[in-house]
Amino acid sequence: MISVIDYGIGNLGSIVNMLKKIGVGSKLISTPEEVGEAEKIILPGVGSFDNAVGLLSKLDLVAAIKDKANLGTPLLGICLGMQLLGTESEEGKLAGLNLIPGKIKRFPSLPGLKIPHMGWNSVKSEDQVLFKNMGDNRFYFVHTYYYAPESYDHSAGITSYGIAFTSYIKKDNIFGVQFHPEKSHNFGMQVLLNFSRVS
Amino acid sequence: MKRARVIPVLLLKGKGLYKTVKFRDERYVGDPINAVKIFNEKQCDELIFLDINASKYNTPINFRFIKDITSECFMPLAYGGGIDELDQIEKLLKIGIEKVVLNTVLFKNPLFLEKAAKQFGNSTIVASIDIRMNLFKQYQIYSHSNCEVKDISLSTFIKHAEEGGAGELMINSVDRDGMRSGYDLQLADKISRGLTIPTIFCGGCRDLSDIRNLLTTTETSAAAAGSIFVFKGPHKGVLISYPSPEEIEEIYN
Repeated sequence: MISVIDYGIGNLGSIVNMLKKIGVGSKLISTPEEVGEAEKIILPGVGSFDNAVGLLSKLDLVAAIKDKANLGTPLLGICLGMQLLGTESEEGKLAGLNLIPGKIKRFPSLPGLKIPHMGWNSVKSEDQVLFKNMGDNRFYFVHTYYYAPESYDHSAGITSYGIAFTSYIKKDNIFGVQFHPEKSHNFGMQVLLNFSRVS
Repeated sequence: MKRARVIPVLLLKGKGLYKTVKFRDERYVGDPINAVKIFNEKQCDELIFLDINASKYNTPINFRFIKDITSECFMPLAYGGGIDELDQIEKLLKIGIEKVVLNTVLFKNPLFLEKAAKQFGNSTIVASIDIRMNLFKQYQIYSHSNCEVKDISLSTFIKHAEEGGAGELMINSVDRDGMRSGYDLQLADKISRGLTIPTIFCGGCRDLSDIRNLLTTTETSAAAAGSIFVFKGPHKGVLISYPSPEEIEEIYN
């Protein structure tokens, strides 16, 4: 059973739909107690960094999520949810969860580079956890800011868009993907299926 | 490798799918949920649903129906039609819509765009503009919901949309709608080069090589079309279709 955090933002409907399609049970949670009981957690997110941190704090979820992750519970951050795993963001003033140290930066202004990065792009990865059984791939991205991990040990997948950036981060039981698996057809289904099998 | 998107635009009226010519002569083409299932199976890049009467006749958004549509979809879905309140956007996002398309409200309430972008994030908001050419071959902004031409400079308006926080701009060519006469590449080029945000261009798509021209000779980020995805043949028989992954590869080679 995967617990998807409902804190007022994020594509919850689509995540739950896709999990259902691949035969994985899920439920929406929004209290520290429910986080405490979760077997596996997905942290979605869309919109601005500070807004998301504010909403998580309001629901008293920041410490609960950090504690659970530090205890070894598998946690997957999606899109802004991945960025929340970092230390801080150029987009906002508030602190991230700092579960995988890194800074969130804005894409540079390059001639012809449209921002936000919106559309289908591929992830280059040798990872055998979320990317197990994944061949050539394409995923749907939509973001203006990207993750720069403090340690490249945590960079598990790279995507090219003007620059090469980390699109998949991993540290033990904690995972983050910049793309939207719930909007990426069978490629996304493979990622979510692999996450459901993480022990 | 990043590649530009190919997006079917589906027009909703009530619970039916329709296709127009020059924004008129609505013709019924089928059940939207069926169409979505087919596009989903064909692993379509993205879908845009526009309710063509919502603003014109002030009909409420049918959230339940939209939820039936989103539950069949594992690619991004954008919805537009009658959106002029923040809680409508919140509801739409909760039921699985990825992006909302704003059109009439850009004129009715110019501050709405900025409020919506701030609350939901720029990339959730698509500003959509319908463009028509007048007798003097000048491009003009047209509002189909009240059938009037707006006396606003096109370049000023699109810059405002970008500065107001739209994450994407969608252009609909009214004159070429349903005509299969080819995209207005000159217009697409002018608009896409003037903006940092991605642009979606719709209206007049003839075939896949037309899409290739749009995506390779202009800075347009996405080619949108209606007719080529819902009709087949010279007699316009209804057939829902989408290019295969190989055909899409061809566009870039």
